[in-house]
This record gives sequence, structure tokens and C-alpha cells, in this order.
Amino acid sequence: MRFAFVLAVLAAALVASIAAGVLVGAVAIAPSDVLAALGGAGGPSATIVRDLRLPRVLAAVLVGGSLAVAGAMLQGLLRNPLADPYVTGTSAGASLGAVGAIAIGGAAAAPIVPFAAFGGALAAAAGVWRIARIGGHTTVLTVLLGGIVLTSFAGAVITLLLVANDRLALRVGTIVDLLVGGVRVIDRTELALAAGVVAAGVALALLLAPRIDAYAFGEETAATLGVDPARTTTAILAATALLAGAAVALAGLVGFVGLVVPHALRGIVGATHRRLVAASFLAGAAALALADLGARVALAPAELPVGAVTGLIGGPFFLALLVRSRVR
Amino acid sequence: MTRLEAVGLRAGYGDRPVLAGVDLVLAAGQTTALIGPNGAGKSTFLRCLAGLIAPSEGSVRLDGAELGSLGRRAIARRIAVVPQLFETLFPFTVEEVVRLGRVARLGALGRAHPRDHRAVATAMEELDLGALSGRRIDTLSGGERQRAVIAMALAQEADVLLLDEPTVHLDPAHQRATLAHIADLAARRRLVVLAVLHDLNLAGALCDRVVLLHGGRIMADGSPSEVLTDDLVRGAFGEGLTVGTSEGVPYVIPASLARFSQ
Repeated sequence: MRFAFVLAVLAAALVASIAAGVLVGAVAIAPSDVLAALGGAGGPSATIVRDLRLPRVLAAVLVGGSLAVAGAMLQGLLRNPLADPYVTGTSAGASLGAVGAIAIGGAAAAPIVPFAAFGGALAAAAGVWRIARIGGHTTVLTVLLGGIVLTSFAGAVITLLLVANDRLALRVGTIVDLLVGGVRVIDRTELALAAGVVAAGVALALLLAPRIDAYAFGEETAATLGVDPARTTTAILAATALLAGAAVALAGLVGFVGLVVPHALRGIVGATHRRLVAASFLAGAAALALADLGARVALAPAELPVGAVTGLIGGPFFLALLVRSRVR
Repeated sequence: MTRLEAVGLRAGYGDRPVLAGVDLVLAAGQTTALIGPNGAGKSTFLRCLAGLIAPSEGSVRLDGAELGSLGRRAIARRIAVVPQLFETLFPFTVEEVVRLGRVARLGALGRAHPRDHRAVATAMEELDLGALSGRRIDTLSGGERQRAVIAMALAQEADVLLLDEPTVHLDPAHQRATLAHIADLAARRRLVVLAVLHDLNLAGALCDRVVLLHGGRIMADGSPSEVLTDDLVRGAFGEGLTVGTSEGVPYVIPASLARFSQ
């Protein structure tokens, strides 16, 4: 009963965030005009609402939801609240994949950027896990260290590509977005494709959730409970890569959402992953829609990258959670 | 009748052999203690019996079927393991922990059936966890947590129960109560029960059978009074231990400094 209530509150918060994101922006548009635009009216305000604000808000929703769900899964797999796609290097792999695709294909590569991001995320996740498995047991420390190594390595390669490739130099804006986290304005097909990928990732997460619960006392106990650790870990990492890949393709590197949202929700909805995944999607989506709104209006007409906003809010928030859990 | 059997079992980690040929048949309804000094191979043997590590030679058979030929899900329906460590940083409730025992039986979409709910309720009742069902596992005492994890294993409705030092975090009264409960379950439900025990007195007082492992081989196997003798205990664990009996039950105490130096 209580969970249904929490879910309803989060859903309402998401709807409110989407509404705020569409209603508010650098250009003042009356709410009645926004409604008219959504209803199909023409004019410059309608173009701003329909072609700029709405796709961007929806992209932010997908990004926030994906990162939070991916974070919930990675934390469950590692049995530690210190994991998310960002710190495990999955996002760095995705951004390397995306930048690599742009470097090789130039503008023509746009349609394959999401796939390249997914490929990079998958390769990074597989690589980090391989490093972490050396010597038998996966430890949180080695995963995080592997993530750090991979993130700085990917950063170095991206810098190299950036400097060496003149085609990239023309697309510095896109690359900077990828590196610091900015939700790009995207067209409908791209948005629909991303929505499909995210839906698949979230469905997989919900399906895997009971098996992620079984990791509560470690991989070996998960095995004795009937979970095949190798296959399940692979499936979890693939789902995480799908979500992180989609998020990076839409918005680049956005930190803290994947870390903070599941961690904060666990105290409210409990530790079982089916609930945590569902709640994380709604809360992460709402949080990033609001963060993106902040990014658009804080220094208007200039825009902050949304990654800076999540960092500014998420950093202290995470610190507060950490301090509170130590005090308790 | 369930029958779990190790045949010519050899296993190890990398180049380091731990088990050097173990043959053992475990029958239903009995509680067997697996004892032995540190490094004798007790945990390795338990993990082989649970199918967690593959033997380098020989095999583990469950009712005649090679364990290696069964998947994790199939094994989990027959063999439950009570782990030694059960720490978690996440706020799982007692009932959620017990429900983990049903993972191997959930449907394709992970939905629980009435049968699953019944198994969880029965396991919780068996270990008297009703009042704790909504409590967070990390707020429980060691004894309560131990009961929750045993209930998780019981909820698997397996016919083999393997326990890795199930009493290690408990005070003496709780150690006895926990093991007595497990032995009672084994007899009532006709389970195959094997418990790795460090406490030889618990093994002597509460188990039907004691298997003494030493250097990766079985050194002795029999009733408590057959295995817990001065010669065997000193042979396996070293000098400095004295075996006595109280009302026909063997017990092992460290020899006092004075007596040992004589």
C-alpha cells in the first residue's frame, strides 16, 4: 500500500516536472500559448515549445530515468551504494564510443552515435568486470578502480581524437556536450529510438530484479539460491550498458543521478529491486527534467550543461546522505 | 530417499590441492557434523557438495545424478546452503530475505505463486520469525539474523541443507538452540544435513554422525563417541586437547597448562 502511494507521488512529481520544463524557458511564453502549441497551433512560440522544449524535456526524462535505473542495478550487483554508470566507467566507454563514431564518420555518423555509445558502454562494462574478476572474487574496490582507470583512459583518447581530428574540431560543441553533460535538442526519430532502447533496458531491469535481490549476500549465495552468476551478471551489465549508452547518446556524461537517486530511495521503498527500479526511473526522470530546466534558465540566455547542475546539487546532497548514514 | 554422495573427490584452487580423494555418502534424516583443523578442506568440501566448485577428479552425485550436469536453478531446488557471512548494506527486511529462498522457483516473469508465499510463511513460522518479519535485517541481533538466513534456506524447500559454521556468531545457548533446531528439522523432514562445525562439543552433543577431515582426507567417520576420542582428536588437531565424557556424550576441552606440561 505504502509503495503504491510512493509510486503515485513520484509519478505526479514527474508529470509536474515535465509540465514545468515545457512551461518555463529562456523565452517567456504564456501557459495558454504553450497549451495551444501542444494542441497543434502554429507560430514561433509553437516552434519553441514543440520542437525545442518538449523533445528536450522528454530527452531529459529518458536520461534521468536510465541513469537512475542503471545505478540501482549496479549498486545491487556490487552490493554497494557507491556504484553507478559514471563511476564504473560505463558512461566513459559510451562517450568514447560516441566520440569515436563522430571522429570516423563525421556528420554522416549521427544515426549510429547511439549504437556506438551502447557498444562503448558494453565494452567498458565488460572490461571493468574482467579486471575486477582477476583473482576470483569481484570486489567493489577493483570495480571502482577499474572505472577510474577506464574513465581517465577514455578521457585521454577523446582528447587525442579531439586534437588530431579536424572533422571533430568542427563539432567541438557536440563533443563538449558529450564530455560535460548537456541534453541536446534532438529530432523525433532520435527520441523515439532512444525511448525504445530505454524501455527495453528498464524492462530487462524489472525482469532481472528478483535475481539482483539474490546478490544481497554475495555472488556465491546468489548461486546457491539458484541464480547463475555468470549469466545473470552478463545480463545485468548488458541492461546497464543499454541504459547508459542511451543516456550518453542523448546527454553525454551526467553524474550523480545514478548514484544519488537509488541510494536515497532505498530508505523509502526498501531494498528489493523491483520496487527500487520502478521508483528510481520515476524519481531520476523527474530530477533530471528539473535539473535541465535549471540548466536552461539559471544563466539565461546562456545555458549551463545539465551535468554541471547535477554535480552542483548532487555533490552536496550525496555528501549529506553520507554524513547522515555515518552519524546514525 | 535423498542421497548425496562424494565419490573419489579431489578439488583445489589453482595448483593447490585441498581435497585428496574423499568418499562420503550422506543419508536423509541425519545431521552430520564436518569437523577438522583449519585448512583441512571443510569449506572446500562443502562448496563441492553445493556445486559451487567443480572437482578436479571424482564427482558429487545427488540421487545418482552428477551435480555438474545440473544447472544452478535445478541444484537450488534440491540443495540449500546457509552461508557463513551474511552482511548486507541494504535495508532488506526479514521477510524479504526469507523470500530470496524462492528465487529458484519463481515463474518466467518473476512472479510469486501461492505456493511460494506458503513456503515463506512456513519457514518463518518454523524459526519463530513472525514478530520480526518487517524488521530490517541490519537491525537484528546475531542470533535473529542467523535464524532469518536459516529460514531463507528452508524456504528453498530443498532436501539437502548444507551449513557453513552456522553457529559461529552466537553465544553458547544460542549455538545449542540453533543446532538442536536444525537436527530436529533433519529428523522430522527427512533432510540430508551437513554442518561444518568448529565447536567439537556441539558436534558431539547434537549430531548423529561426525566426519573428521584432515589433510584433505577423511580421517574418521562415525558416531560422536567413535570419532571424538583422545587419539583421533589429538591426531587431527594436535596435542593439548583432552576428551572426556559426560552422560555418554563426548566433550573436548583444552588441557590445562599444568596437565599438558606433565
